[in-house]
Amino acid sequence: MDSVTHDVLLVGGGGAGLRAAIAVSETNPGLSVAVVSKVYPMRSHTGAAEGGAAGAVRPEDSLEAHAYDTISGGAWLCDQDAVEAFVEEAPKELIQLEHWGCPWSRQPDGHIATRPFGGMKIERTWYAADKTGFHMLHALFQTTLRYPPITRYDEFFVTRLLVDDGRCQGVVAIELASGRVQTLFAKAVIVCSGGGGKVFPFTTNANIKTGDGMALAYHAGVPLKDMEFVQYHPTGLPFTGILITEAARAEGGWLLNKDGYRYLQDYDLGTPEPKPVKRSMELGPRDRLSQAFVKESQAGRAVSSPYGDVVHLDIRHLGEAEIDKKIPFVRELCLKYQKVDPVHDMIPVRPVVHYMMGGIDTDIQGATALDGLYAAGEVACVNINGANRLGSNSLTELLVFGARAGRAAAQFAAAQPAPSAALIAQAEDEERRLKTEFLDASGPERVAPLRKEMQAAMEAGAGIYRNAEGLNDAVETVNGVRERFQRIGLDDHSRTFNTELVSVLELSSLLDVAGAVLDSALARTESRGAHQRTDYPDRDDDEFLAHSLVYRSDDGAPRVEFKPVTVTKWPPGERVYGRKASDV
Amino acid sequence: MSETLTMPETVTLEVFRYRPEVESEPTFDSFEVPFHPEWMILDALNYIKDDLDGSLSYRWACRMGVCGSCGMLANGQPVLTCATYLESLLPGPIRIEPLEGFPVIRDLVGDIGDFMNKLSDVKAWLIRDEEKPVEDGEYLQTPSQLADYKQYSMCINCMLCYSACPVYRLEPEFIGPAAIALAQRYNLDSRDEGAEERMDVLSQHDGIWGCTLVGECTEVCPKGVDPAGAIQRYKVSATMDYFKSLLMPRSSS
Repeated sequence: MDSVTHDVLLVGGGGAGLRAAIAVSETNPGLSVAVVSKVYPMRSHTGAAEGGAAGAVRPEDSLEAHAYDTISGGAWLCDQDAVEAFVEEAPKELIQLEHWGCPWSRQPDGHIATRPFGGMKIERTWYAADKTGFHMLHALFQTTLRYPPITRYDEFFVTRLLVDDGRCQGVVAIELASGRVQTLFAKAVIVCSGGGGKVFPFTTNANIKTGDGMALAYHAGVPLKDMEFVQYHPTGLPFTGILITEAARAEGGWLLNKDGYRYLQDYDLGTPEPKPVKRSMELGPRDRLSQAFVKESQAGRAVSSPYGDVVHLDIRHLGEAEIDKKIPFVRELCLKYQKVDPVHDMIPVRPVVHYMMGGIDTDIQGATALDGLYAAGEVACVNINGANRLGSNSLTELLVFGARAGRAAAQFAAAQPAPSAALIAQAEDEERRLKTEFLDASGPERVAPLRKEMQAAMEAGAGIYRNAEGLNDAVETVNGVRERFQRIGLDDHSRTFNTELVSVLELSSLLDVAGAVLDSALARTESRGAHQRTDYPDRDDDEFLAHSLVYRSDDGAPRVEFKPVTVTKWPPGERVYGRKASDV
Repeated sequence: MSETLTMPETVTLEVFRYRPEVESEPTFDSFEVPFHPEWMILDALNYIKDDLDGSLSYRWACRMGVCGSCGMLANGQPVLTCATYLESLLPGPIRIEPLEGFPVIRDLVGDIGDFMNKLSDVKAWLIRDEEKPVEDGEYLQTPSQLADYKQYSMCINCMLCYSACPVYRLEPEFIGPAAIALAQRYNLDSRDEGAEERMDVLSQHDGIWGCTLVGECTEVCPKGVDPAGAIQRYKVSATMDYFKSLLMPRSSS
C-alpha cells in the first residue's frame, strides 16, 4: 500500500484546520503539514457562517464582560479557564485574520466595525457583511497557499486513526478520485472536521457535516464530551433549513407570532422596544428563543405552513438601504430559496438544528487523552460553549483553538520519533475492512432509508424538549438501524469517485454520533441550556455542574461518565435576560 | 407565475453518465422524478441518488449557494444546481451534464485541479513588503476602499465562469476568469502591495491577453463578481504599465 509521511496532519480543511495548519508552519517552518479533507477546503461549512465573530475591542468592552456573557449564556457549563484564554486571544486572532486579508466591514474612519449579537451585552461581533464565515474561510485558504510546507490532500476521506504504543501516528484515507487507499503517517494528528448536524433531518448544516472526526476519535478510545447539547438556531427557513442569521435580529428584526405580537416578551426575555436592546427579547440566547417557539406553537399561536409551524421574522422596518448594506445575503437567500423579499414581506422561520456544543474532549491546548491526537473547532469540545453557545463565538473559537492546537501539535511532533512500521499492518487491515464491509457489500439494506429513519428518530426523541421515554424510543430505533447497517448493500462498486461509499461511511459516523447524543442526554437528568428534559425541568448544580464524557465500550455500546466543570471567577448563578440582575 | 399554468406531477432528467471502469464513452440515463415547486435541480438529483440509482455521482455540500460545489450544465447552461428551480426548466426533459472545460472524473464530477494550481500561480493572497505585528492593530481601510475590491472577493470558486469561457475551453493554459478576478481582488485591496509580483504572471501570453472579452463569465456568475470587468481593468493597467516602461524606463523597475 502507498504511504507518505508528514510531521503534522490535519483531518479537515475548514476554518479550524486551515488556521491550525498555518499555526504549525509559523511555529516551526521545518515541519511538513498535510491538510486532508473529504472536500476541497473552500467547500467547508465554515463558509456558510453568516453573522460574525466575537472579540472584545470597543473601549466600553472588556475581556471580563465577554467572558461573563459566554459563561452565563452557556448556563455555567463552560470551563472558565478556557473561556478566559478564549476571550483574551480572540481580538488578536481577528486582527491576524485582518492582516491576512479578511474583508471585515469597517467604520467610516477605517477601523473595524462591530455589531450586537444574541446574548452579548456589548457590540463585539466583527463581521464581513453577512458572509463572515465565507470571507474568513477564503482568506484562510488563500493564505495557506503561500506556505510551501502545507500539502493538501483534497477529496480524501479519512476512515481510521492509526494508533500504536499509545500514540496517534497517522491516518488511513481513501482518495475519492481513484478509490486508492492511502496511508498517511504523521507524528501528530489534529482533527478539525466539523460537527455532525446531519444526525437530524432539519438542519442548517451542509450535507458534509456528518461527525466523521468525532467517530474517528471515539473509535480510538477518546471520549466525546457534552454531546447532549445540540443547538437549535431559532430562525431557519422552513423546508430548506437555510439559516437566517441572528444579525437580522441584531440589526433590528422582530419575531412575531400569528397575531403580529412580539411573543418573546411572554417568556421572561424582556419588554419590547422599537430598537434592539442587547441581551433582551430578539437578542436573547438561542436556546431560550427556540424553546419559546415550541411553547408558542403548542399554544396555537404560530403560523401553519406546509413544513410545520413557523413564526415571522420581520425586518421590513429596517428599509431596503439598510438591509442591502448590512444583511444583503439574508435578502438574497430569501428571494432565491423562499421566494419572499424581506424588504416587503415577513420571513417565515422555525428553529433548526445548527451546532453541536459537544465534541471530542480536549484540554485548553486542543490535546485529547490520546497522545499525538488534537482537535479544534466544532468537532472538539474544550468547552467554552457550555450548554448553549452564543452566536459569533464559534468562528472565533475555530481561530483561537485552531491556532492553539496547531502550536501544541507542532511542539509535540518535533519531539517524536518516526512513526512505527507496525502500523502498516493496521493500515492493511483497514484496507481489507473497507473492501469487504463496504465496497463489495451487497446486502439488502440501502443507505438513504437507514439515514432517514435515524434522523427522524433523533428529531422525535432528542429535539428541543426531551424526556426518558422519547430518548429510549430513539435509542431503540437507532440501535435497530445500526443492526441493519451491518447488512448494507451498495449499488455502486466502482472505485472511481464513489459517493455512495462516502454516504455509507458517513452514515457509520452519524450512527456513532447519534448514539453518543442519546446516551449522554439520558444520563443528564436535569435541564440546562439546550438540554431540556420535561421529566427533569430544573437545573441541578449539585449533581450536574459537570461535563458528560461518553466512551465507546469494547462491545460498541456507549458508557457515560461525568467530570467537574472548571470554575475560576464566576460562581453559578441565574441566567438573566431582558431584566436587571438586581430585579431578580 | 401565471395561475393558468398547471404544474406537472413529474419531470424527466436526462443525466450524463460516465463510469470509466464500465464505459469507454459517456451515455445519458433518463430518470423520472416527482415535481415539487420548491425543488431545485439538486433536490431532484438527491431523489435519484436516494431512491432510484445510488451510483449517480456528483458533488454538493451547503445547498445554499455559498460552497461552490454543485455547478453543472442544465440544458447547456452552467448553473449552481442548488440555486436553480426545476420549475425554471419546465416542461423538460432537463439535460444535466458536468461543467464544460474540465476533465470528467466520473458522471457529473469534473477535475478542478487546474484551477487550484492557477490560484496559487496568481498569488491570490495578501502580499506585504513588511508585515505589521498583530499588537499594532488592524490596517485601516475605509468603507470606500473596501468597496473597491469587495465585489471580487465574493467569488465562490464554483467554476461556472470557466465552463462558460470560450477561450479556456480552447486554450487551457489561459489563467481564466475566477483566478484573474481573485488576483484583482488583492491588487485593488488598499492593504496589498503585491500587484507587481502578480503582474509578472498575468501579463504573460496565457495570462490576461488570451481573453477576447466575450463576457460569458460575467453572465453566468451566480455571485455578481464580474470577472470580465476585472480582466478588462487588468488589461488597461497592464497596458499603462507597458507604455510607462517605454516612456520612463527607469521608473518602472
